[in-house]
Amino acid sequence: MADTTSQTDTVTITVDGEPMAARPGEMVIAAAERGGVYIPRFCYHPRMRPVGMCRMCLVEVKGPRGFALQPACFIPVADGQEVVTRSAKVKKAQDGVLEFLLVNHPLDCPVCDKGGECPLQDQTLAYGPGETRFVEEKRHWAKPISLSALVYLDRERCIQCDRCTRFADEVAGDPLIEFKGRGDHIEIATFPDQPFASYFSGNTVQICPVGALLSRPYRFKARPWDVEQVESTCTMCAVGCRVAVQSSGSELTRYIGLDSDPVNHGWLCDKGRYSYEYVNSEERLSHPLVRKAGELVEASWGEALEAAARGLQGARAVHGAASLAVLGGARLPNEDAYAWAKLAKGVLGTDNVDAQLGDGLPAEAVLGLPRATIDDACSAPAVVLLAPDLKEELPVLYLRLRAAAVAGGVPFLELTPRRTGMSKYCRTSLAYRPGEAPALARALVDGISGSEVAGVPAASVAAARELLGAEGAVVVLGRPSLAEPGESIAAAAAVLAGGLPGVRFLPALRRGNVLGALDMGLAPGLLPGRVALADGRAWFAGAWGAVPEARGLDAADILGAAAQGRIQGLVLLGADPVADFPDHQLARAALSSAGFVVSVDTFLTESSGQADVVLPAAAFAERAGTTTNLEGRITRLGQKIVPPGVARPDWMIAAELAFHLGGDLGVESLEDIWQEVERLAPSHAGITRSLLADRDHRDGVVAPFDGRVPTTSRPPAEAATATGVGSTTAVPGAVDPMSTPGVDAVETHGLPATEVAPAETAPSGGIDPGPEGEERQVGAAVATSAAPPMLAWSSEHGPQSPPPLDGYALRLVSGRSLYDQGTLVQHAPSLAALAAPPRLRANPYDLERLGMGQGGQVRVRSNRATFLADAVPDAGVPRGSVWLPFNAGEGSAGEVVDAAAPVTDLRVETP
Amino acid sequence: MARLTTDNVQRARELIALYPVPRSALIPILHVAQEQDGWLTPDAIVHVAELLDLTAAEVLGTVSFYDMFFTHPVGRHLVSVCTNIACLLNGGYELLDHAEQKLGVKAGATTEDGEFTLEEVECLALCGAAPCLTVNWRFFGPVTPESFDKLVGYLRDGELADQVPPHGTLCRVRRSVGLPASSSSGAGRVAPRKDEAAAPRAAPPAGADKGGRGEKEAAGAGAVTAATGEGAQVERPPGADTAATVDDSRHQKGGGA
Repeated sequence: MADTTSQTDTVTITVDGEPMAARPGEMVIAAAERGGVYIPRFCYHPRMRPVGMCRMCLVEVKGPRGFALQPACFIPVADGQEVVTRSAKVKKAQDGVLEFLLVNHPLDCPVCDKGGECPLQDQTLAYGPGETRFVEEKRHWAKPISLSALVYLDRERCIQCDRCTRFADEVAGDPLIEFKGRGDHIEIATFPDQPFASYFSGNTVQICPVGALLSRPYRFKARPWDVEQVESTCTMCAVGCRVAVQSSGSELTRYIGLDSDPVNHGWLCDKGRYSYEYVNSEERLSHPLVRKAGELVEASWGEALEAAARGLQGARAVHGAASLAVLGGARLPNEDAYAWAKLAKGVLGTDNVDAQLGDGLPAEAVLGLPRATIDDACSAPAVVLLAPDLKEELPVLYLRLRAAAVAGGVPFLELTPRRTGMSKYCRTSLAYRPGEAPALARALVDGISGSEVAGVPAASVAAARELLGAEGAVVVLGRPSLAEPGESIAAAAAVLAGGLPGVRFLPALRRGNVLGALDMGLAPGLLPGRVALADGRAWFAGAWGAVPEARGLDAADILGAAAQGRIQGLVLLGADPVADFPDHQLARAALSSAGFVVSVDTFLTESSGQADVVLPAAAFAERAGTTTNLEGRITRLGQKIVPPGVARPDWMIAAELAFHLGGDLGVESLEDIWQEVERLAPSHAGITRSLLADRDHRDGVVAPFDGRVPTTSRPPAEAATATGVGSTTAVPGAVDPMSTPGVDAVETHGLPATEVAPAETAPSGGIDPGPEGEERQVGAAVATSAAPPMLAWSSEHGPQSPPPLDGYALRLVSGRSLYDQGTLVQHAPSLAALAAPPRLRANPYDLERLGMGQGGQVRVRSNRATFLADAVPDAGVPRGSVWLPFNAGEGSAGEVVDAAAPVTDLRVETP
Repeated sequence: MARLTTDNVQRARELIALYPVPRSALIPILHVAQEQDGWLTPDAIVHVAELLDLTAAEVLGTVSFYDMFFTHPVGRHLVSVCTNIACLLNGGYELLDHAEQKLGVKAGATTEDGEFTLEEVECLALCGAAPCLTVNWRFFGPVTPESFDKLVGYLRDGELADQVPPHGTLCRVRRSVGLPASSSSGAGRVAPRKDEAAAPRAAPPAGADKGGRGEKEAAGAGAVTAATGEGAQVERPPGADTAATVDDSRHQKGGGA
């Protein structure tokens, strides 16, 4: 396993006569692979505990009585160990193992999805006996059976390697599949009425070394030799898992998780894995739409852009630039976000720009607090979770942190208004009353005088404080509940930042490139490169021509102003505020009152459907660029297919619209944009396109770049690719060659690194960023004298304190679940089917008081709305609180949340 | 079907407390659950999973591995006929054929009245009394067709209720504390025999202790059962049921008289 190999000392073993350096504690199979000797295997996976189940990796290891056959995946290296992987004895063992593995395997390769990329096929060819002595009838099972809505099981093909069951138990923490029976009756099974409903089930399909586990959406869709692929980064959430995007013709067919050591370890969540379906959707916007006589009708790009420019210019001419606003952009690649930031702030001249839709945190806090990486969190002396349910919103981050808690022994302290998927792995989980996170944070830092704070008993606070003794804790910071304002959480973060020595923060914001969009300045009061408007005015005014005078409005204020008729020109960048802004009532009022609305989107949503001009944008895998994950890690996106109809990448739309507005963004390609970003944005100095294309930085570069080349524990690409065993040939950097079958044709890392390091030129406005040369060295550019300083945020402005809770009301807690009514999920049929209807969850005690201990239908009443909901007793919701999911359809929290209030109180009554 | 009763939940909690890791108590608790219903109902499996913070799939994985756990209803008497080598040579298959005819069901099936489930099993570790069988894991052997018929009659009439508990009962003695290490050796291994003279053949102590299907689990006070008798005419051992130190399944034969 990767995490056992951190020691620095090495031992020397001899493999087939060649001496090799090995790390104490690692297994022979891993050491040999790093040294260039591939030992065949099925059950061994470097990210999981070895089990020695399949016996395929038998090699001769010298012991006191001479050489004997041993499973290489189960024998730790020792100094002076002698290993023989190629001998008559080993060959005989391999022949025997494969002959037995094939006793019951159906050899239906021509109709098997795995055919052509199957480790069993390949290793049988490479290491097998060629003939079998068994003539008996093979085992028969009903097939395929469904393990879950996404995974089929063909039990006849299963070779009982224990990979899927180990993954479910060890990695995902959802041991819902197990071996059932024994001997030749063994099968993978779920409990009869409990399907394998894990958020990570698709990984078992990917790591299955035979065709036993099949992906339902992919089944019979393509043959491995027909697909083309490109490396990219999944942007369904901000974790930024590396993927190989595969297509057949102009359709995406599959994502395969690639192993990025600092990020996803090869795993994907099912939402990311099957999200390609939305890209293929028939509902995609393919042509610009312009509202004529109240109806949206198809138009040409020229006509639509002209209409958009006219509408925005008209609004600006009459009401001033402050009447314009740009919302969204958190799903755009960095280059596109930069282009739109430049258009909004440089050309339109408005600072009313926000990539977050009131469901994140204040941008200054996110960018200004000291940042941690995922690896930092996994090796921290303590981790504080002040975040939404990571299992629901950032699933692969959940996997990493869960592993840190379970296998790494990192103590976790959770501050949450209700139980989350991480709660059971936390040493302490403190359930604070909604809206009172700052008070609890204060108590954690300073101690507590009374008997309780924010609903948490003093004893629990004292116990939690003991975990925070060491320097260098990491706080995972997000919005624990959408029913309390981000300012409240930011205030709590400020307390922790000020009170915990050496603390760093890992933002837990959800949308794919939200951190990149903030870095690119899509937030009020900010300019690209994590620069405050006031600090960067001179620098960017020179480069852009102009920047807004004063700080603008954030999403909540933009929508508030729009509802009052003060926003006359609104641009929605892939934003659907009616669904995503916590306060639906305000969002609806804003959209109906906004004077002129331009929507740049991939689908017609409730919001974009109300726009005056709709511009179709290219989606994931239809455009290249870079994306930034929640660590600030910049990786490259690959383009694999072309957009539908005449849809274009967002940056092109921005450039064209600028032209129609009489301006010029001065960029003609992604390369142009990135060069400008690298030159202007202090946080991105030194992160050139050639650096991003460098193989040493294949896992991306964390901004700001410190100039270091990452060290990796992975086998070198040369060793992995030298195995030469058909499709088990590894993609460079693949830890488990069998998990990335057939990915040998993929480009080594996103786009080919064709361009040379960008020629440095002064910004068009004439401000010289400093002499070329030393200052341009990586890491040093930030200190360049002329460049503005990056944000440092430590403000501690007191949020509104919540009013006391009256005895009949319940205080609302809300958040998202992985499969909700979000646009992208709903346009991916496999995922849409998994979205659950909204259910109200309350403490059994509170339901008992209503005489509804078993749950049932209740009436929910607030000053906003009254509706009926299905109530379920849930001890994970503290007494006095009530949970409603967000964006889960009719009766979700958005109907009742009041964005202006510090908390939302509800009456729950019998109907 | 049923989840565990309050009393059995209490027993489960006592068992969990015996181990450093709760999961270690899985198999003992499953025996408790099987004792309750005669087999492991889906509800019981789910309940056991809840008690141990496991998933039902994990519990099912363990249950399905062991032949002594049943996920389908089992008759009140589980008759397990050995056909392994020693019994085979002494007429094990003939005995099984006879049993199938007598009970009217094939091996693996249950009689319509729910009284008997017949199964063919591997070695029961009573080779010295081949051909042998167990009824609810209590030994009988050597068994002839005639003595089998008598045995069935006794079981049906409840005359052996003292010696043969309802299916699922591993041990009637309730154990709520861990065993001291010394109890695994010496005198504790063999239950005191009240009526040595009546037993024409001594039961093989070591074999029954080690190989007896599951008897080891009940070895708290000595697990050896004397199970012999051509006639299977059974006398009640005096005081056997009341002495907590005596294994409940100890069975004395009547010597065919």
